Amino acid sequence: MPRLEARTLLVPIAVAAIALALSSGILLVAGANPLVALGALVQGAVGDGFALADTLIKTCPLVLTGLAVAIAFRSGAWNIGAEGQLLVGALAATAAVGATRDRPFPLPLVAALVSGIAAGSLWAWLAAALKLRRNVSEVIATIMLNFVAARLVGWAVHGPLMETGARYPQSDPLPMAARLPMLGGGLHSGIVIAALLVPATWFVLHRTALGFRWRATGDNAYATRVAGLAPAEALMTAMLASGGLAGLAGAIEVTGVTGRLFEQFSGGQGYTAIAVALLARLHPGGVAASALFFGALAAGSGAMQRTAGVSAVFVAIVQATVILALLAADSPWLARRRPPTRHTEARAA
Amino acid sequence: MSATALVLVASALALGTPLLFAALGELISERAGVINIGVEGLMLTGAFAGFLGCWMTGSAVVGMAAACAAAMLLGLVFALWVVVLDTDQVVAGAALNILALGVTGVAYRAVFGVTGAALSVTTFPPLAIGGDDPWFAPLRQPLPVYVALALVPLVWVVLARTRLGLTLRAVGEAPEAAASLGVSVTAIRIGAVLVAALLAGAGGGYLSLAYSNTFVEGMAAGRGFIALAIVVFGRWHPLGALAGALLFGAASAAQFQLQAAGITVSYHLLLMLPYLLTLAVLALASGTAAAPAALGRRREE
Repeated sequence: MPRLEARTLLVPIAVAAIALALSSGILLVAGANPLVALGALVQGAVGDGFALADTLIKTCPLVLTGLAVAIAFRSGAWNIGAEGQLLVGALAATAAVGATRDRPFPLPLVAALVSGIAAGSLWAWLAAALKLRRNVSEVIATIMLNFVAARLVGWAVHGPLMETGARYPQSDPLPMAARLPMLGGGLHSGIVIAALLVPATWFVLHRTALGFRWRATGDNAYATRVAGLAPAEALMTAMLASGGLAGLAGAIEVTGVTGRLFEQFSGGQGYTAIAVALLARLHPGGVAASALFFGALAAGSGAMQRTAGVSAVFVAIVQATVILALLAADSPWLARRRPPTRHTEARAA
Repeated sequence: MSATALVLVASALALGTPLLFAALGELISERAGVINIGVEGLMLTGAFAGFLGCWMTGSAVVGMAAACAAAMLLGLVFALWVVVLDTDQVVAGAALNILALGVTGVAYRAVFGVTGAALSVTTFPPLAIGGDDPWFAPLRQPLPVYVALALVPLVWVVLARTRLGLTLRAVGEAPEAAASLGVSVTAIRIGAVLVAALLAGAGGGYLSLAYSNTFVEGMAAGRGFIALAIVVFGRWHPLGALAGALLFGAASAAQFQLQAAGITVSYHLLLMLPYLLTLAVLALASGTAAAPAALGRRREE
């Protein structure tokens, strides 16, 4: 964990700026006017009250999945599966509402959120168990489980969860008793849950024995084992927490935003989460800020597609550029060429 | 063998070829110590560039060359990051996948606009072997299938029997030792990553120029990740990669046959098969020490 010094904040901000500049260059090559396109993007992200609300709504799942990825990566578990964990979370939440839909508020909602967390954890558990028992790379396992989860959602909305009357491949709309209460201005209360989980995650990661074990395992699994701290257990618990957060993101999306489950339910938030967590330097507080950045991009890119005719997957280019620029900023090759700062000198001494 | 079995063999070959291309490339890269989880993005790039090249020139061969070249360009970015800048390979590979998704999506829209109708291009025709004889049906495949099959012994011989192959394996097993003998770990790894990108691009080009005749966003559909699993399943050996590619090709083919036969299993559950098979295969095949010793390790470590 780097000390909070100017560089800690400067690098992510510089990286975000570089990524936007480079991506605008790509817009130019793609034949769009970057000024028009970026203007539409900003307008769509923060232009008025609706745009701001849209940004916050799109930030919410990114905070949760970003925290999920940050916990996993800090623990040395390469969970690329937030996408799948989010999807099974949404699926389980929808199914749970189906089983409790005649009960009064807030029972169906609580059932949905709890089931979402449980399903996300279960999905992450599968990958962690394969890793610990069969030495299967969690990278490949979580990615495969993403595909399985997407097909599972497809199957559910074409089959058991298909709406009554079976017109479209989507679930019935959730009853009000299963919806997250609205805060006004188009915002749902899931945003509050996400906001509270930021300091909570920080606390667990930095102020509890569990978080210490996670970080120790991520820093050096061998030393952790020598110290008797059971890295396997740390990896498993970190994956369960990570999957639970991503599953909650799915449950909140379905109970707060969409109100029903359908195919292509996730717009890739689970993958965006990787960029969110890395831009945040895997720090929970940073996740809130970088999720806001990517949330604004997601909200703005829709407007950009409508106004400037630039595909919304443009955001993916920004994400990739952010990740690559951050990796380059941390490159040991560059570090060897950088004059030593007082900080590193002190460490070397 | 019945006609059904022959059709199954034919489509196992056709469906296994893109996996074989990508897996052979990834195998070369991994034997040099670099794990590239960006194969998926390289294949997607190849599929798009192949489609674009063929659409502009009308030639599937030019399309295939464009597929390989574009993937190599992206591979060069990856090599620069993981070999020269010595960054984390998993994260850089993930970035590569996201980058490819974005670039192909934006470029497709920029070049072709928002057309509802699917554009199609000319493709590699199946070779006319054995006339109409049903027994020769599995052999009537487009040229890239034969190229992929011919690469298997070629990669095997180069890796196992040549000086270059020995050097490459040394770089993957003990980079420090190799470097102390005057081998440029950087040069070998960049070369391996580029060859891997070329092959992944060919696998992608096959998707849009031989297996289908169009481009669809995200059309690699996880094949790059399955190729990664095939390398593990095949224990980093070209023959193993061939066996894995055929196994997955057969599984996908069987999935289509079940659908065609009207088996009342949900279409979506059948679509899960390749991914579940990957997990099952990995669970059975992993856990051995066959992986190159320096695989995925940064040089600093």
